[in-house]
Amino acid sequence: MSWPAIAVFLALFALVSVLGFLGAYWKRGNLELLHEWALGGRQFGSLIAWFLIGGDLYTAYTFVAVPGLVYGTGALAFYALPYTAIAFPLVFVFAPRFWTLARNRGYITYADFARERYDSRSLSLAVAITGILATMPYIALQLIGIQVVLKALGFAGSGPWQDLPIIIAFVILAAYTYRGGLRAPALVAFVKDTLIYLTVIVAAIVLPAKLGGWGHVFSAAQSALAARPTPSGILLTPVQYSAFITLALGSALAIFMYPHNITGVLSAKSPAVIRRNTIALPIYSLLLAVLATFGYMAIAAGLKPASSNETVPQLLAAMFPPWFFGFGSAAIVIGALVPAAIMSIAAANLFTRNIYREYINPSCSAQRESTNAKLASLVIKLGALVFVLGLRNIEYAINFQLLAGGWILQTFPTLIFGLYTRWFHRRALLAGWLVGMAVATYMPATNGFHPVYALALGSSVLHWYVAFFALVANLIVATLLTPVFDAIKVARGADKTQPADYLEAA
Amino acid sequence: MRRRGTRRSGWYWLLLVPYVVMLWAPSFNSMTPALGGIPFFYWYQFVWIALTAVIIWIVYRLAHGGDGA
Repeated sequence: MSWPAIAVFLALFALVSVLGFLGAYWKRGNLELLHEWALGGRQFGSLIAWFLIGGDLYTAYTFVAVPGLVYGTGALAFYALPYTAIAFPLVFVFAPRFWTLARNRGYITYADFARERYDSRSLSLAVAITGILATMPYIALQLIGIQVVLKALGFAGSGPWQDLPIIIAFVILAAYTYRGGLRAPALVAFVKDTLIYLTVIVAAIVLPAKLGGWGHVFSAAQSALAARPTPSGILLTPVQYSAFITLALGSALAIFMYPHNITGVLSAKSPAVIRRNTIALPIYSLLLAVLATFGYMAIAAGLKPASSNETVPQLLAAMFPPWFFGFGSAAIVIGALVPAAIMSIAAANLFTRNIYREYINPSCSAQRESTNAKLASLVIKLGALVFVLGLRNIEYAINFQLLAGGWILQTFPTLIFGLYTRWFHRRALLAGWLVGMAVATYMPATNGFHPVYALALGSSVLHWYVAFFALVANLIVATLLTPVFDAIKVARGADKTQPADYLEAA
Repeated sequence: MRRRGTRRSGWYWLLLVPYVVMLWAPSFNSMTPALGGIPFFYWYQFVWIALTAVIIWIVYRLAHGGDGA
């Protein structure tokens, strides 16, 4: 244990906790209405939205996992760069349209949209369940990010008290999210990202100099990776090209299908705010790019972390004075709290809107709906905590998240194509979703939970990201079955959205 | 009400450029030319993250007139 590190860490954590509780009073609104609690009243301007969405996309786990993956696998892990760049042109196109429709029709979730557009309760339920399933492991991974840092700080005791720090952190998080809703993480996000940017910029300047320059970092990484039992390198091998491409494209298409990310988008006050954000959000991608190279720096520094997730905390601990290590640790932990809060809000919205109000209590009042979402957000966080503390095995959460990435991508045809066309039949989309879910589950389950699956087609073998295989299967089924359902005259349902609902006000 | 679409949205095709460039991995899978010790594979992708933002900005200005910003 290092007291300067812990003192800096605790001071920053205390600051953020106070801010979280003040969130309820910020940009005051009636928190007994769901859109106020869950979307901050749809009033965030460009700067707040940038911190909020950025804080949401680039989670603590991202900052721990990507350098860890680079440490473990070399060049292939850098698919994270194209992934986090090409996500934004797509968002620029569809997100303002979805925001406009959501505002005009009062949607809080994607499943609200599926319900009205396709007149289909089952499709809406499929979207809601997929969203909740995909969010749970993501929250769990934020907890794992916190655990890794607490361990590096020396909090990893043994006996009944070992989980106390993480439980305290989570109780505080749960309390201010319950009170303030999305306003709490929005306010905390400012501190979170200031800390993260400072940590990464300082480390990116100091570390290469300490390690003999960038050239040495890369050449040391190349020799070490090539000498591993499973050799890799700092360039792709030709067989990795299709894996790199499908990982990047599949992840880019999936990222804004996650409920928490669309929650951030819907909290913006106008389509212009969203567009400006897609221009500014790649700054976070650059940050992630720099951070990814920390995996190579850890190799160059000769570190041997017990698990790849410990790469960044160990690098900071080994190369910096204790107070800065405490600073960086606080950045990661607070970086986990912001997305965890937004994720639990988003999953709670899905449960409340599309399961509770749809199936359990259709006549519930607006106030009841908001209260229910608050309670659901507590239950969801508690579930993630029990999952992480109960299983004690980080592998489960990571495998589960691999599945989640494949699952969430299966809502893409319904949601994104659905924003532009009603060509697809609702039953065909549901069938496509089901097949996609099955493929996205079967492939990882049978290849040892590896993100890339080798599928033999005739004489050639496709090495693709599992989620991408699943999406292709989904699209084929949805496309082929649409004319079939039409031919046998299965009802298409009435589209409740009007063309005018999609148009932005001048 | 203003219809987005029509003539000005033709600029949206520019948004495909980052997809082609950044997903065409064989075109940049090279050590050289290095920049300050950083292999081409890496700095080229860093630069294209920034250029993606620039392309979105150009489309934003041209197709939306900056939304009155």
